[in-house]
Amino acid sequence: MSNSRISAVFERLKQSGHLAFMPFITAGDPDMATTVAVLKELGQRGVDLVEIGFPYSDPIADGPVIQASYTRALNKKLKVDDIFNGIKSLPTASMPPFVAMVSYALIFRRGVEHFVQQAADAGFAGLIIPDLPADEAEDVAAIAKKHGLDVVQLIAPTTPRERAEKILKASSGFVYCISIAGTTGVRDELPPELTEQLSWLRTQTKLPLAVGFGISKPDQVDHLRPVADGVIVGSAIVRQFEAIGTGKPLSDALQDIGNFAAGLVAATHK
Amino acid sequence: MSTMTTSGTATSHVPDALGRFGEFGRRFVPETLMHALEELTAEYARAQQDPEFHRELNGLLTTFVGRPNPLYFAERLTEYCGGARIYLKREDLNHTGAHKINNTLGQVLLTRRMGKKRVIAETGAGQHGVATAVACARFGFDCVVYMGEEDVRRQKLNVFNMRMMGAEVRPVTSGSRTLRDAINEAMRDWMGSVSNTHYIIGSVVGPHPFPMMVRDFQSVIGREARQQCLDATGRLPDEVIACVGGGSNSAGMFYPFVDDASVALTGVEAGGRGPTPGQHASTLSHGVKGVLHGSYSYVLQDEDGQTADVHSISAGLDYPGVGPEHSYWKDSGRANYVAITDDEALAAFQTMAKLEGILPALESSHAIAHTFKAAKARKKDDIIVTCLSGRGDKDVYEIARLLGKELG
Repeated sequence: MSNSRISAVFERLKQSGHLAFMPFITAGDPDMATTVAVLKELGQRGVDLVEIGFPYSDPIADGPVIQASYTRALNKKLKVDDIFNGIKSLPTASMPPFVAMVSYALIFRRGVEHFVQQAADAGFAGLIIPDLPADEAEDVAAIAKKHGLDVVQLIAPTTPRERAEKILKASSGFVYCISIAGTTGVRDELPPELTEQLSWLRTQTKLPLAVGFGISKPDQVDHLRPVADGVIVGSAIVRQFEAIGTGKPLSDALQDIGNFAAGLVAATHK
Repeated sequence: MSTMTTSGTATSHVPDALGRFGEFGRRFVPETLMHALEELTAEYARAQQDPEFHRELNGLLTTFVGRPNPLYFAERLTEYCGGARIYLKREDLNHTGAHKINNTLGQVLLTRRMGKKRVIAETGAGQHGVATAVACARFGFDCVVYMGEEDVRRQKLNVFNMRMMGAEVRPVTSGSRTLRDAINEAMRDWMGSVSNTHYIIGSVVGPHPFPMMVRDFQSVIGREARQQCLDATGRLPDEVIACVGGGSNSAGMFYPFVDDASVALTGVEAGGRGPTPGQHASTLSHGVKGVLHGSYSYVLQDEDGQTADVHSISAGLDYPGVGPEHSYWKDSGRANYVAITDDEALAAFQTMAKLEGILPALESSHAIAHTFKAAKARKKDDIIVTCLSGRGDKDVYEIARLLGKELG
């Protein structure tokens, strides 16, 4: 086990018997000032980690809600440097760890070393690169390690066990377990095979298992409690940003997002 | 731009097991798709070793598509240019009117081998959509075609034809509403349907094994053309020319000539309205190395890695990426890539119609336009073989509009 900031969070939660709650937000939707304000709000509401999505023009793993948020941000000419500068303005050491969710297209363009350096300087604790399969991730992981960043790998319902074993070896911080074959987005039900897969993964690794894709409700958290160490909620939160762009006052939006997050903090920390 | 190379160091023994063409290609996709790609790679390898697979595919190409199509000596075009002899490989005479059917039939046979019953595809101009709808109708598979809303509007005839053959055409309203977004939507569908659905990509793009597999299915173009040229002239051509969007007809045309060092290979990209960013789709002339749609290749993108907007008169060349094998051929010097503008392509369309009685697709008109230039610069006993990848019926509304004429 590494002694990263992410590992420390999961270690602390494990001792109190809690799950980690990890909201996802899109950077720069509708602008970085909002993102910074929302991150402060989420920190105050007691979330455990935050996943910060870097808008990308061609996000094939994402469903309509997150894709639309990326388009909103890019239409306002958001740049990668704007994201790093915004995050850097926060007291990240005293906040929940931030994990960048970013396409390899953006990382490669900047240069892996340069991107990772900037992410570390801005205060990120880890990277999730949804279009960089474990088979291709060795170089990135080595560079990230040098800069103290975890690289979280994903396991899908379609991942065969032999492949999962390789992915577990390549992952650090935690393992992102995709609940459903498909893109991100809110779903009513989680598939029964998920429990079976999580139980098997538990026998294969000491890394925390965080479940994402399709999760939005506290009762889904109860269902996952026996088999997972954390839950990731994306589209249900990102959806709440749509209204800010169309005139909802930021203070109201912060209150609503904060209340929504508090509901899931309560569900994961009981 | 014109790094003229006659031999180059590229080999036809690519890609390797990881899908690498030199440094290009590979797989950059979400984990959810990795197993399907591994399965597809394995099934394709088994099919290649299976004589029955080849027998059935070749039978369809003969009796259903009408292959081999002719290599035609364009006598009046040759006179008009006053240089090299121009031969045209007539993919426009295939059933469905373009080269796309060579690939969709191969992939539909693979779909059946994998026991899948549903097929999805993306399409820009609609030619690949039609070719997929045709193959699915022929084999009784459910077919969904993703098509940018903008292209649905521009290509009504092809949309109608697909629907007549039982395909569902889903207009894509995200992003730029063109081919690139249609690919994104098809990938998203596949993420959720991969257990019962095969995604028939229409070009030599996407993650391994697609660039290799589509090239292989399209290589029938170059194999026939090479033999037909030998039969007709007693020797190999001096230059082979084809248009490049994603690059499927050109990959199929070039590949069988890669090891013939004396044959120059020239890919023709869409120069659009000129070299200003956003006004063209010349990925190999103006792009950078990067990742798009699951593959590492040249791509048109901004300094952050966001995909750039592109323009071409031709909906089939209007794509900000290109197949990884083309990037390999470009960097090794094995093939040379040039750009032809909208106006040059439109002029070539008209010249071809008047001198040869052939209406080429606007995509193919780019290859024709460059053929004029190349022929003029060559000696009279040189031979150029150009791929006439599709017929122009689908484009006549757009061309009439551009020429200020009315139909009917």
